Amino acid sequence: MSAPMLEISGVSKAFGGVIANEDISITVPEGSITGLIGPNGSGKTTLFHSVVGYHPIDSGSIKFEGQEISKLRVPQIARLGMLRTFQQTRIYGEMNCVKNMLISIPHRDESIMSIFTPFPPEATEKAESLLEFVGLYSKRNLLAGELSFGQQKLLEFAMALMNEPKILLLDEPTAGINPTLINGIIDRLKKANEQLGITLFVIEHNMRVIMNLAEHIYCLAHGQLLADGPPDELRDNQLVIDAYLGAH
Amino acid sequence: MNNNMIKYIVIGIAGILAPIVFANFQVQLGFLWLMVLFALTWDTQGGQMGYNSFGNILFFGLGMYVCATVQIGLVYDVAEYTAAAGLNSGRLNGDQYLTGLALGMGAGAVVAVIVAAIIGSGILGLRGHYFAIGTLGLGIAFGEIFAGWDYVGAGSGLAPPPFPDELDFLGGRNMFFYYIFFALAVAAFFTLKKLYASRFGLAINAIRDDEDKAEAMGLRTVRYKTISWCISAFFLALAGGPLGMLVGFIDPRETAFAGITFGIWMVLMAILGGKGTIWGPVIGAVIFHVTQEIFWSFLLGWQRVAMGVLIVVIVVFFPRGIMGWLRDTWPDRYGEKIDESVPQEGAAE
Repeated sequence: MSAPMLEISGVSKAFGGVIANEDISITVPEGSITGLIGPNGSGKTTLFHSVVGYHPIDSGSIKFEGQEISKLRVPQIARLGMLRTFQQTRIYGEMNCVKNMLISIPHRDESIMSIFTPFPPEATEKAESLLEFVGLYSKRNLLAGELSFGQQKLLEFAMALMNEPKILLLDEPTAGINPTLINGIIDRLKKANEQLGITLFVIEHNMRVIMNLAEHIYCLAHGQLLADGPPDELRDNQLVIDAYLGAH
Repeated sequence: MNNNMIKYIVIGIAGILAPIVFANFQVQLGFLWLMVLFALTWDTQGGQMGYNSFGNILFFGLGMYVCATVQIGLVYDVAEYTAAAGLNSGRLNGDQYLTGLALGMGAGAVVAVIVAAIIGSGILGLRGHYFAIGTLGLGIAFGEIFAGWDYVGAGSGLAPPPFPDELDFLGGRNMFFYYIFFALAVAAFFTLKKLYASRFGLAINAIRDDEDKAEAMGLRTVRYKTISWCISAFFLALAGGPLGMLVGFIDPRETAFAGITFGIWMVLMAILGGKGTIWGPVIGAVIFHVTQEIFWSFLLGWQRVAMGVLIVVIVVFFPRGIMGWLRDTWPDRYGEKIDESVPQEGAAE
């Protein structure tokens, strides 16, 4: 196993009396596709929020490439190369697809001068080729807000790729998408992982998708880590089945 | 491209000839360009960035006061000048007047940009309605501060030195200031047009559409927002100085920090023409100013009622302004269409 890209150790987060995450430890190795599953309300999205700096954590540590990031804020973490997509897809609705892509270029080394200059032609080329990659090339001049929900998901994914992240945290990439398109999304996620070398950490409810995609899966329930292992092993784990079917 | 050039040339020639052809309307035409500048600079926040500011008038007033004080201060003691209310005639000769005006405009712009950067880094953390209300307070607060500050004449205002007769070869006061406002509006238009096509423009658009997403993508949102306000402050302050001198009397609440007139008008004009477009504020400003003048001339006594009716009609029938309505009706003319052409080779692999 290669070096851990993301190391979550002993993270807890409570909202008032509700314990959303309790002592959770997860390791995402570099170059892997790691899954995170769990019933509704088990604390998956809360964990994502904690990782990307959306809210402070109560205890524990989050390390990204060996650097402690639990005290950093959202844009800082994003500039380090850790990006997340949203469960409720978020794109810039009043801008066309190409502009959505252009403004998603990496902001790591941005000088004051580069703010006021137009985008270089390479950026436009890259934007268009990534739109082609997700199958939105012909719609590139439409306003992003006019695309269908599934297309917006694809656009959001392309925007994330445009940012050249090292790791991508995907919150339900296939939720609300028709079954045909889901296969396309799985293909593209795998391609991004294999060809662009982007580590993926994926929340998913669709078991078929996550079993196909991930190499290692963690399962949360009631804010606690229930089990983890390769897909086949987890599928037969009685604890996981009980958590999903509600046996207690 | 070609069409655009023709458009610019026609407007440019019209702008240059207007005060000569319509010599009786020089002041009104000067105000027209000021209105264009108001709407354009307001739209940078309100339209392009989605931050409805009611405090932009602050920078206009600051520019006006700084410019006038610098111009007076180069020759006279400002406190004595204001104490005498300009009665022992604070006359300047042509050179003093022009030097004072140039230095004053520059100083006003610098002060306004610094104030925008300082206040902006704090108040731009507010969002939506909170930002609107916060900025509304700003304009009023500054008006009250200057209305209580004896050094600049307090509530009785400040009368800048009159336009020297020896400068009449420039075409007289009204024409001179007309061309300053014309130049400023044109400069603001092309600067903003260029900026909106840059990373800055797309970044503030992204902030308008979804600021949380922009942050999650690593955008330095505070930096962009502050720069945006500084740009508006720069142009507003530059315009403030000449306006004080054209009007000839600076009242802290009515001329400089005129929140209920200029401050509201700039919002209305941008909305009328279409927020978030480059031509919208220009068109909005022209229609607003012309109809306002017509209402004042022909509906005296009812002019404000007529204006109110016009605003209601616009908001009800053209909620996205004139440019917004055109865009919604003919989206393909603005490039929003499906393109079935084959992409070039070498897609991301």
